[in-house]
Amino acid sequence: MIEKVRERVRDLLSSGEVKGFLGLSNKYGNTGPHLFCDAEDLDGLVIGDWKGPGDARYTLNKQLIHIARKYPDDVFGVLVRGCDDRGLKVLYTWNQLNPEKVVPVGIACSQELADACECRKPYPDDFVAGEKVEGRAFASVARLDALDVAGRFEAWLKEFSKCIKCYGCRDVCPMCFCKECTLEDDRLVKNGVIPPEIPVFHLTRAVHMVGRCIDCGLCNEVCPADIPLRTLYKKVADIVDEEFQYRPGQELYAKSPLNILMQPSSTG
Amino acid sequence: MDYRTVLTTCTYCGCGCNFYLEVLDGQVIDTIPCKTHPVNEGKLCIKGWNVHEFLQSPKRLTRPLIRRDGVLTEATWDEALDYTVSGLKAIKDAHGSDSIAFLTSAKVTNEENYLLQKFARAAVGTNSVDHCARL
Repeated sequence: MIEKVRERVRDLLSSGEVKGFLGLSNKYGNTGPHLFCDAEDLDGLVIGDWKGPGDARYTLNKQLIHIARKYPDDVFGVLVRGCDDRGLKVLYTWNQLNPEKVVPVGIACSQELADACECRKPYPDDFVAGEKVEGRAFASVARLDALDVAGRFEAWLKEFSKCIKCYGCRDVCPMCFCKECTLEDDRLVKNGVIPPEIPVFHLTRAVHMVGRCIDCGLCNEVCPADIPLRTLYKKVADIVDEEFQYRPGQELYAKSPLNILMQPSSTG
Repeated sequence: MDYRTVLTTCTYCGCGCNFYLEVLDGQVIDTIPCKTHPVNEGKLCIKGWNVHEFLQSPKRLTRPLIRRDGVLTEATWDEALDYTVSGLKAIKDAHGSDSIAFLTSAKVTNEENYLLQKFARAAVGTNSVDHCARL
């Protein structure tokens, strides 16, 4: 599988189609993001399966935004899984990336990873390695929905109360690019106070994930307190889909329902 | 264009969480926790997440400063060390060794902490040595 990826990246780099390829590398004894610029030096390129499938995934889209901001005229390649592909579509829609300057190299996830992520579409539109596997329903959401309102509220408050306000969920999120973050606005979240006000902090973030969250699960993986954030954002996405028939990353340039609601209505 | 991701250890406390510093053209722009490192397994506290902000901050101390006539002025290392030594000696002679206390740091190495407590106990002669993590 990795050979097919390396082959594609080698072609992209040697032909000059991309200035660099943002992927993952085994270096210093660990796996992390790396910009490959030399077509001959791809031995360290890996896809993020360290001890288990997908356990060394990173927010490559976010690093791509950093590079693209400074070098908007250069083309870069990026390693994408199904979630990253959704992410790219949303980032193009929000003007954070230019589709003409990005060449995604896709890989399809294994069934094991798709099950663990409860991913509805564990493969990008185009991929060079891996095989399409079945998408999964949100069993974790269903389990919570089975409880009554009081039970659900208690369950969530118990989870949120573990929060140490590290802002990891916000910092790792590939969709979080706001220059002024609501979670740092003193009127909503008091600066310098730990723990954060429960559940204001988490519900504020959840509302901001409407029309934005592409279900990559990195927030879940980065939380030092193991709060099941992904389940919360999956539920938010379900609600939005039910009401507005919209899921982020499904359709390129489809606007988020919040975007439409904010515009003044012509009918008054 | 020079883009690098450099694996390094957090300086803030004794945990030793590892992350990649994202460096673009010599500017440290972001921190990415290392998911495969056994200490932090891809997670960081708020201090670790913001390490990149202070690294190249213009507010960082680059030279020793001595307060002269109420104003902090630049000094050489020799001047600063002479000032400190003569000051500590004077206080020790006038008020005894127990009038001096030492505060060391979780951000320095174990060896540096050992050195300071040795200085406090053997050179100055006080037991009053503590550490910012205990506060």
